[in-house]
Amino acid sequence: MMGNGKVIEVKNLVKKFGNFVANDHLTFDVHRGEIFGFLGANGAGKTTAMRILCGLSKPTSGEITVNGFDVYRQSEAIKRTIGYMSQKFSLYEDMTVAENMRFYAGIYKLPRSKRLKKEAELRDKLHMPEIMNKLVGSLPLGWKQKLAFSIALIHDPGIVFLDEPTGGVDPITRRQFWKLIYEASANGITVFVTTHYMDEAEYCDRVTIMVDGRIEALDTPAQLMQTYGASSMNDVFLTLARKAKKAVG
Amino acid sequence: MIRFNNVSKSYGDVQAVSDISFEVKEHELFGLIGPDGAGKTTLLRMLVSLLLPDFGSISLAGCNVVGNYRKVRSLVGYMPGRFSLYQDLSVEENLSFFASVFGSSIAENYHLIEPIYKQIEPFRKRRAGKLSGGMKQKLALSCALIHKPVVLVLDEPTTGVDAVSRHEFWDMLDNLKKAGITIIVSTPYMDEASRCDRVALIQQGCILSIDTPGSIVQTHGKQHWNIKARERYKLITDLEAWEQTASVYPFGQYLHLKLKSGGAGRNEIIAYLKRNNHEQIEACEGTPGIEDVFIDLMTENDKKQIEA
Repeated sequence: MMGNGKVIEVKNLVKKFGNFVANDHLTFDVHRGEIFGFLGANGAGKTTAMRILCGLSKPTSGEITVNGFDVYRQSEAIKRTIGYMSQKFSLYEDMTVAENMRFYAGIYKLPRSKRLKKEAELRDKLHMPEIMNKLVGSLPLGWKQKLAFSIALIHDPGIVFLDEPTGGVDPITRRQFWKLIYEASANGITVFVTTHYMDEAEYCDRVTIMVDGRIEALDTPAQLMQTYGASSMNDVFLTLARKAKKAVG
Repeated sequence: MIRFNNVSKSYGDVQAVSDISFEVKEHELFGLIGPDGAGKTTLLRMLVSLLLPDFGSISLAGCNVVGNYRKVRSLVGYMPGRFSLYQDLSVEENLSFFASVFGSSIAENYHLIEPIYKQIEPFRKRRAGKLSGGMKQKLALSCALIHKPVVLVLDEPTTGVDAVSRHEFWDMLDNLKKAGITIIVSTPYMDEASRCDRVALIQQGCILSIDTPGSIVQTHGKQHWNIKARERYKLITDLEAWEQTASVYPFGQYLHLKLKSGGAGRNEIIAYLKRNNHEQIEACEGTPGIEDVFIDLMTENDKKQIEA
């Protein structure tokens, strides 16, 4: 981690859908280069909050800035300065690796020289020059994930949002993926991870746990385990989330 | 109760399952643990007679699965990986449909599903497509159980489900096991191994190891060091570059470092890290878990395949 600047500042974020309060006065900051875990059960309000931080949805109230841009007025600037990757969708399966890269470079209006430089970087990083002309759909899941992460960084964003990034792959591939995340973080890129897999949470610098639209806990994994007398983040999560589950049914 | 004898299956050039043999005993809760593409779904689909093996044979409750598929289908309850109930039928309609297909009724076996079904019963008029993930899972399990199967076959029931629902789901499986049902369940989550009586760790169509989770760790577990320092990425790259390192992988807050045998101890690790300007160094001996073992076995298996 380098520096101590805040790249995400959230004060009293509220988002309502009709009478339903999806995000209930969320307040937190994320620092430059931090790996920040955003956890919660299904329906706890993670996706709603993340969509707001990505500039895709407007909050009902609250003060929120991302990369210094205001979410109400500067959502286009936010979209240009963040990266996004999801397990469910990131790349076009029926285009080649090179075509996907060119497509995303185009979306972010990268100049040709920069795009070529990025392509070369990626070829080196993935140690597999021959994959450039393969269809993404034909690659193993682990490759897709590494590729999707690399492409999410193609425009040098300050923050990258990862939505349940590492499900389903073998334990070695998964660790290669976390190594890429640590590398990005060491280079000053902030990594915002939403997941409901608690073992992913243990890789984060700090973790928030959302329950019923509110932040119930925010701390380092080690500190959370100590606070709740738990041996794993899974136990911390079960302790916190169980209270809510009764109400939801 | 279940027996796979030298079973192989390929899809074109892809060998999904190669020469796998194992047994599941009566009243056992048996786990198939492995990543996507390991062959879990193929094994389970062959077991429930939805796919034919290329080679080998499978028996269930003494019946050959291929020859007696009608009987086999009445003996098993199968919950596929994808939610496969009728989204536009209500909760209740789905359940009574599955009961009637097997010539049964909800009333006949209600006692078996009651602890699970009563949690979603308040929503029985709701369409299945409108349920939350956890509720869909409970409905799918109820539908798989409503004809009182002898064997319950579950393909990744906890994938995409949150930690609380996952925990509850495994508690339900414990209760079903106590009710005398034999269960075979697949999962990509290594931490779920501890909820099974025995597990098979599988990777690329082969079984890496098969035993109780405790014995697997005891037999194959190797000593490692838990290492932590302030600069995590530099810590990985420095340790990867060290001539004493056999392997190093991030595991949550720590790195798990295995050293070459007969090599360095704690003092040398710390001295090495200090030489590389690390701060806030922690190094303590770690206890191996099932995921450490999986990584070791995977690495050995890859080596064998390269040599062969």
